[in-house]
Amino acid sequence: MDIQDTAASAFDELAAASAVETAAPAASTATAPEQLEAERVATESAYAEGAQQTEAQQRQHKHNHLVQAINWNRIEDEKDLEVWNRLVNNFWLPEKVPLSNDVQSWGTLTPEERLLTMRVFTGLTLLDTIQGTVGAVSLIPDALTPHEEAVYTNIAFMESVHAKSYSSIFSTLASTKEIDEAFRWSRENPYLQRKAEIIVDYYEGDDPLKRKIASTLLESFLFYSGFYLPMHWSSRAKLTNTADLIRLIIRDEAVHGYYIGYKFQKGFELLPADKQAELKDYTYSLLYELYENESKYTAELYDPVGLTEDVKKFLHYNANKALMNLGFEPLFPQSVTDVNPAILSALSPNADENHDFFSGSGSSYVIGKAEATEDEDWDF
Amino acid sequence: MSSAVLGAAVVDVVYFSSVSGNTARFVEKLGRPAARIPLYASEPPLEQREPYVLIVPTYGGGDGRGAVPKQVIRFLNDEQNRKHLRGVISAGNTNFGAGYGLAGDIIARKCDVPHLYRFELFGTPDDVRVVNEGLDALWRQ
Repeated sequence: MDIQDTAASAFDELAAASAVETAAPAASTATAPEQLEAERVATESAYAEGAQQTEAQQRQHKHNHLVQAINWNRIEDEKDLEVWNRLVNNFWLPEKVPLSNDVQSWGTLTPEERLLTMRVFTGLTLLDTIQGTVGAVSLIPDALTPHEEAVYTNIAFMESVHAKSYSSIFSTLASTKEIDEAFRWSRENPYLQRKAEIIVDYYEGDDPLKRKIASTLLESFLFYSGFYLPMHWSSRAKLTNTADLIRLIIRDEAVHGYYIGYKFQKGFELLPADKQAELKDYTYSLLYELYENESKYTAELYDPVGLTEDVKKFLHYNANKALMNLGFEPLFPQSVTDVNPAILSALSPNADENHDFFSGSGSSYVIGKAEATEDEDWDF
Repeated sequence: MSSAVLGAAVVDVVYFSSVSGNTARFVEKLGRPAARIPLYASEPPLEQREPYVLIVPTYGGGDGRGAVPKQVIRFLNDEQNRKHLRGVISAGNTNFGAGYGLAGDIIARKCDVPHLYRFELFGTPDDVRVVNEGLDALWRQ
């Protein structure tokens, strides 16, 4: 018997059940499903008695009544296990990164550059906080498998690690006064608050697939106006340890965006064509809305240092990748996604080396520099 | 070498793609005859007996362990399959840093073939064009 089928169909029944349904008395010899039903009714009476809960909380609450023991020896979607393993292998903590080596470099930045850096990092802190405490958690009740739920708990925890790691950077480099000012700025900046508001609205909304769209756009697009800056410093040999830490965050977000986008596609495939077309349109218009706001956010931050246009190319490039994570074709043409090679190179040492053997330019024969990463499976 | 005919009907691309299907989607856009390495060990193994280019996604990250999908290793453990390999193209994500397209680096080194190209996720239209032109040129050599 397929355990998950039972759980999923029970959830459907609960979801479909009307809130005004009358309570059935629980029999003393109740079997498990009947007990569940009785619990559900009790929970719903509590709601009816005026408990103020958001849609998301109600969904979470119903879900909590359906949890069953997770069996990792019975995998329904191999991506769940693959991604779980990948996330676990990628686990890290900010304490392992020697941030204090950046203190001297921090001193070489102008006051304007330091202010920009502080603000960018509080902006990133806000996104990670949302993703850790609202976003990833909101996806749990929509999960199709118990393993998918477990992956979201991993994602949620790592987002909280990310959020905390910015505080490690702050306490290493800045004064309490500077830190408090930067956090105040993050609370007052209209564009930052606007992007948080747009995303949180979807997390608390009623559509599981739209939640995944919003989540993937956050993971794979909204972070990048911020991630640009440490890559920029790194390309100039500044704040290099901070950049190392940010690269760990970027790597995590890439797995998160890939996985949530994949789960979106699994749900999307099951929809009729008209609903698919509607969701696709919706995705592009949400991206536009976020992009418009992101352009203003970017200009406000980066105009004083003259980097806005360079950052925007990075935004276009990452918006395309966010769309691809959702299974949609890239939107921005190559003419506006030509990211500064120094930034790409700071992101990945392989990105700027021209491995384009086909173009006939440069070294056509590239021997991999892969280090000793031998798996045992090779026979030769 | 008489492989100029390869573009016509003979499979000149072998690829692996997981259930998320990004690499399969890229290969589909190439529109060339291509063979997929089976996902599951229970399926009959693929035997490629004509010259081909291998397109693979990169797994893992971090230390690079597990970067080459096990199914691809199994395929390349067949000496005949290895003998006809002319180059490798890798898929990945620059966000994985040094892990971007790492599977291509590892295969290129182990099999002594060029790492021809890297692309991200399921590739942009430009990636599709460059790879198709490149493959045509490769088989004309």
